[in-house]
Amino acid sequence: MANLNLVQAINLALIQEMERDERVLLLGEDVGANGGVFRVTEGLHKRFGARRVVDTPLAESGIIGTSIGLAMAGLRPIPEIQFDGFLGPAYDQICSHAARMRTRTRGANTVPLTIRVPVGGGIHAPELHSDSPETIYAHQPGLKVVMPSSPYDAKGLLISAIRDPDPVIFFEPKRIYRAYREEVPEDEYTIPIGKARVVCEGNDLTVISWGASVLQCMESIEKSSRSIELIDLRTIYPMDLDAIEASVKKTGRCVVVHEAPRTGGMGAEVAAQIMERCFLYLEAPVQRVTGFDTIMPYYKLELNYMPDAARISGAIDAALSY
Amino acid sequence: MPKTSILKLEIERISILDEHGNFDEKLGAGLIPDDDLVKLYEAMSSCRYLDEVAFKLQRSGRMGTYPQNMGQEATSLAAAYVLNNDDWLVTCYRENCGLFWRGVPMESILLHWMGDERGNAMPRAHFATPIAVPIGTQMLHAAGLAWASKYRGEKQIACTFFGDGATSEGDFHEAANFAANLELPVVFCCQNNFWAISVPGKIQCSAPTVAQRGIAYGMPVMQVDGNDLFACAYAVKLAAARARDESRPTFIEMVTYRLGDHTTADDARRYRDQAEVDVWKERDPLLRTRILLERKKLWDSSKQEAMRARIEAEVTAAVARAEEIVAPAVSDVFNYTFAELSPDLEHQRDTMQTHSLASEFPAATKGH
Repeated sequence: MANLNLVQAINLALIQEMERDERVLLLGEDVGANGGVFRVTEGLHKRFGARRVVDTPLAESGIIGTSIGLAMAGLRPIPEIQFDGFLGPAYDQICSHAARMRTRTRGANTVPLTIRVPVGGGIHAPELHSDSPETIYAHQPGLKVVMPSSPYDAKGLLISAIRDPDPVIFFEPKRIYRAYREEVPEDEYTIPIGKARVVCEGNDLTVISWGASVLQCMESIEKSSRSIELIDLRTIYPMDLDAIEASVKKTGRCVVVHEAPRTGGMGAEVAAQIMERCFLYLEAPVQRVTGFDTIMPYYKLELNYMPDAARISGAIDAALSY
Repeated sequence: MPKTSILKLEIERISILDEHGNFDEKLGAGLIPDDDLVKLYEAMSSCRYLDEVAFKLQRSGRMGTYPQNMGQEATSLAAAYVLNNDDWLVTCYRENCGLFWRGVPMESILLHWMGDERGNAMPRAHFATPIAVPIGTQMLHAAGLAWASKYRGEKQIACTFFGDGATSEGDFHEAANFAANLELPVVFCCQNNFWAISVPGKIQCSAPTVAQRGIAYGMPVMQVDGNDLFACAYAVKLAAARARDESRPTFIEMVTYRLGDHTTADDARRYRDQAEVDVWKERDPLLRTRILLERKKLWDSSKQEAMRARIEAEVTAAVARAEEIVAPAVSDVFNYTFAELSPDLEHQRDTMQTHSLASEFPAATKGH
């Protein structure tokens, strides 16, 4: 066991997978000697050399497009896209090729690829360095979308993503990269993609969230006198619908919390699934606490945009008193 | 400081067998043995006949939109001919002739344009990537495939095909830049066929050659007569050796012409003059190859007739095989989305033709 933050847990997972499997290589902007702008790949260039930790030209579509070729040839590339807002230039390669290759070739060609992307706001970054685009990729058939909220989960989920036979977008909530440490086993372990985690159990209401927002949910729940269950989805697609159903049938009330914009966000999908699966169990309408249907503000106002404990508590109270 | 010239550029243009059948012995000697030349001519003829048949199949409702290859057969065929069989062939959708030479069955291509993904399930033995519809995107895959070979210390290279229009796409520039800077064994073959649907080449590139785009990325370039099987073979052979031995990319502009419409959904008469097409019909790669074969006493009209009969039988049989393949199981809409389907996807698959809330979620009807 080691006491690690989220960055260190990811770094450890990368080291262990690279040692275990010669097919694994890292590529991206500044991932080499610099160790990544968030230092997630720190030390890997020195340890594994320029052949396996590759600084590429500054071109996101190129990074993902060449990764697709590497993966089609049987390697396990892990490209890094430096910030959420720069996924856009790679959208075509991700959605027109990585996501479709297995289907369009009936399994003859596959793209086992893990795209690492720091995601979300809260670090006083410039424009396009704070977005939460997970819904866009969750909506694209053929992609898996993962977002851990703890060092332990980050390591186990990343190892699963690397070993997954299909493309996975691994969103790393940069706000909590170094927020806290926890015990992370040195031995390798996996956390299955598609399985949620019950962070704390409760009977009166279910809060569902993912990524950095999970910490704001915990803060809100700690302040509440009621018995509240918190589910961290961990995987945004495919979503653990059974876990949601079981919890909401037990509590009858639900609040969904995410940083991404509201309209068509994954909170809407959670609410729709609850309607279909738990309609007659519901004691209150599902509440959403989300970012807004606006451009993510520059950092002076970013905390007004992101769900915080006060807004979450408001939604919890509204659902409980409905 | 006085002004000085810091860069002077020169681009070689290769022509070996011209449209009149003149043959340059100096460059062309020994490049393609006579026996092979006959086979290559037959391959081009067969591909051309498939185009005729495919056009009729589309017009009679037996096939969806189809892009004819007519006039461009020599480019991809020459590449497939000189490359090793395990070199990656990363094409777009006008390279049937090269794919057939590689061993991809004719019915696979037919099946693809008949709306069946199984046509794209290229067995690994062909080292051919699936037909790429989004323009220019596949060049990056070629760079990645070549990179994988280099990573493993193997000698396999990747050869990718795209049109003049594709060189306007950002992905072309990223692929060229990655391949040059990361020293990847890629051969970039641009089929400059003058037309991207209705948009002429001058709107894609105002430089006098497309080839010089490669120079900007620091790679050797060549321009070849793309309707000249020998010139294409010469260039790809040289580029493949450079890729294999030095792990460096090359850009080859193959100047050819799309004799047909963009696809069966297009009517080129709307935007280009017949006079231009007529000039290029004289430059047809099949015509000049036949002239050479006849001059070498390797071909005559009786052989032509016999070949035509063989080809007709071959294509007819391929069409029959493609049409005999029954539609995929409806569940196949789902079954290849992931290696393993999530419970929700399985549920969608199993209920795709019905929608009954009560039977789907019995628990939802029971309140508390």
